[in-house]
Amino acid sequence: MPQIGSFLLLLALALCGYSFVFGIVALFRKDSLSTLVSETARRAGIASFVAIFVAAAILVTAAFQNNFSIAYIFHHSNRDLPAPYKFATLWSGQEGSLLFWSLLLAGYGFVLRLRHKTDERLFAHASAIIAGVQIFFLLLLNFAARPFAVLPGPMAAEGAGLNPLLQYPEMVIHPPMLYLGYVGFAVPFAFALGALIMKYPGDKWIYITRRWTMVTWGLLSCGIALGAHWAYYVLGWGGYWGWDPVEIASLLPWLTGTAFLHSVMMQEKRGMLKTWNVWLIFTTFGLCIFGTFLTRSGVVSSVHAFAQSSIGDWFVGFLAIIAVTCLFFYVRNRSYLRSEHRLEALVSRESSFLFNNVLFLLICFVALWGTLFPVLSEWIQGHKITVGPPFFNSVIVPFALLLLFLTAVGPLLAWRRTSIESLRRNFLWPTVGALAVGTILVAAPPSWGAPFGLRPWEDIAYFYSLMAAILAALVMFTVASEFLRGGRVIAAHTGRSLASSILHLGHRNTRRYGGYVVHIGMALIFIGVLGTPLNRAQEKEMAFGDTIEIGPYTLISRSFTQTETPNYSSSIAIIDVMRGGKQLTTLYPESRFFTATQQPQHVPSVFSPLREDLYVVFEGLNPDTGHPIIKAHLNPLVSWLWIGVLVTLLGTALALFPNAPPLRAVAPAALTKDIPANAAPVGAGD
Amino acid sequence: MLGALSLGALVLIGASDNSVRMERLGHQMMCVCSCGQVLLECNHVGCTYSETMRHELAAAIAAGSSDNGVLQTFVTKYGATVLAAPTNTGFDRIAWLVPPFALVVGIGGAVFIVRTWRHRSTGASFPVKSGVSSDDLKRLREKARKETDL
Repeated sequence: MPQIGSFLLLLALALCGYSFVFGIVALFRKDSLSTLVSETARRAGIASFVAIFVAAAILVTAAFQNNFSIAYIFHHSNRDLPAPYKFATLWSGQEGSLLFWSLLLAGYGFVLRLRHKTDERLFAHASAIIAGVQIFFLLLLNFAARPFAVLPGPMAAEGAGLNPLLQYPEMVIHPPMLYLGYVGFAVPFAFALGALIMKYPGDKWIYITRRWTMVTWGLLSCGIALGAHWAYYVLGWGGYWGWDPVEIASLLPWLTGTAFLHSVMMQEKRGMLKTWNVWLIFTTFGLCIFGTFLTRSGVVSSVHAFAQSSIGDWFVGFLAIIAVTCLFFYVRNRSYLRSEHRLEALVSRESSFLFNNVLFLLICFVALWGTLFPVLSEWIQGHKITVGPPFFNSVIVPFALLLLFLTAVGPLLAWRRTSIESLRRNFLWPTVGALAVGTILVAAPPSWGAPFGLRPWEDIAYFYSLMAAILAALVMFTVASEFLRGGRVIAAHTGRSLASSILHLGHRNTRRYGGYVVHIGMALIFIGVLGTPLNRAQEKEMAFGDTIEIGPYTLISRSFTQTETPNYSSSIAIIDVMRGGKQLTTLYPESRFFTATQQPQHVPSVFSPLREDLYVVFEGLNPDTGHPIIKAHLNPLVSWLWIGVLVTLLGTALALFPNAPPLRAVAPAALTKDIPANAAPVGAGD
Repeated sequence: MLGALSLGALVLIGASDNSVRMERLGHQMMCVCSCGQVLLECNHVGCTYSETMRHELAAAIAAGSSDNGVLQTFVTKYGATVLAAPTNTGFDRIAWLVPPFALVVGIGGAVFIVRTWRHRSTGASFPVKSGVSSDDLKRLREKARKETDL
């Protein structure tokens, strides 16, 4: 079986090589043969998907069959590993995850090649570029990180097992989502580069890739959020984001991809920022590759896997090829990217998009700067230093708050220029509402519980929390006012109810209003994060009946038990949660010891009302007394973070729906020449 | 009695102050077990460093060392990587200076671009016609719809 897998990967490499070379040959030939050659290149690309798919299926089957003669299966599986995690073996290690990456890229390429009738020439360019990217991954799989490498000697009776941290349901979903996002950016990249190479007339490539980009962005967002959720519910340190290089690597393309989703509207609406957009998508794809390099080269320290492998040089080479190719075609064809319009005012929708893009790129730069500074320090000073969470929290939070401000303000600014009157009309009530929220948070007594009673003058972190709350409220109020205003106009013209009109409004321009829902989701995420400086924790050895008081809760130790499964043994503390003398729930923090890997792992137990999370961790047993040591965290507002993620994904899904046609007015308004001089324009972006 | 109460209050205040310092300093240092976690957040079962380091930190605070003194002691023992963020001295200061510098350059650059483009803008206006054809009207409506999303 490993031989068949290896052969299929070689075959896929040959097919992609054919698809790439003859795809390019067909594009440059002008004779009648070019169509035929192009078609064979397309079909070779499709066939490569089949080969890679079967190779991946063979690896998964080997995991289910406990074929420990394959080194990869031996290192990442064992006989008692539950079935879902055997499936997840495919992306649990370096070689398998590269095969998975290659499979997803082949899948995207497969769909792209099936849809070639949309625009045969542009799709042929994109197909050749995708094949070029695929060649890189197949070279890795065939020569540098071989998933079907066989161990010498007789087959081992048992595998080394899967890392305990990966044995959670989210780990079956998180990496595929992240990879779908990472790899998905190859498609808009291929279209952007293809359009630049062929000087594609118009912005059709933007329309073609719009959905690809949004889907990819949604998947990457989902992947990042699942990673944070996994860190929170599995790692047991009470947080969800630790600024680890692997986390940052996933954030970088998300930031530039988000910037692209905004600035691309400038190109669609006003024919502006064409060069910027092309480079944004080039950068986004480059960052996907760079992130992979960062986490697999050992250049920076990471708690994640892969960090000490030797394939970094391959990625550096590939990045160099991407950069040179993009730069070459940009210099050659840059006249094609000339803007049709110029910015006309500092306070306008266009400017807000520009500033929003600048901030996204600045956050991206600063995150990258912090990640690479230890390398720079070692190079210059001769010793490494650590750039950890305190640095990132200090420097990135102000940038993020500025971005949140623009999220609130941008959608209400008019295209081209915004008048003072329009600013006053659009922002007065949202601003009053947001300031009222801030005032309540500061004026309320701390006894109301976090986040009430914030004292921004005591600590800069509290000041940031207050600003985040005010700005998140501003975002929600401005978006609500947008829905209300548009809904009222439709209700007035059609006689429908306001609620029905707002629903129709959302359906009539799904991308715009889906985008607003995403903004609400982001505001909720900020609300979830702003509670972080108010987190509290207590640790105590708890004998039967002992209590921990934390915030309004009393934790009472009820019992302690131990269980055993073929995969792991576990110790579980049983803890009642009381508030005001009334029992709210029982928590079961757990400590597991995995048999195959001989590694321990904490599994926190979390009580999550909307106000705060009570997060309880079984830290271990006191060897002298045999009593469990319990650490309780009180983390305010965390639930809103996960709600915000769901709202963001909902907004993304809404934005992907096709638009509904406009409703007919009850009585068509007759055009009249007597429009009052002081008549206000209708709708946002007016 | 009053003296005993005062002493008790002072001890409690001191203990509270120490726990605040422990919390603050413990979040300015990393666990050196390669877990990549802040010292007070390292929760590896059987971690051979974090427990010892926490005890050392508590002892240093109880002994009355200044914050800088405590951090220096840890740097001497565990190396510069024990600090969770670059210091604000020497070459490390660059790490802190670059982000605000980038912010000023980025925002300033964007303002400069907008101003430059605005001045170059022709400010062309639509020609005034006595009668607008239906084709013109249709084209302008389409342009307005495209540019305003309505």
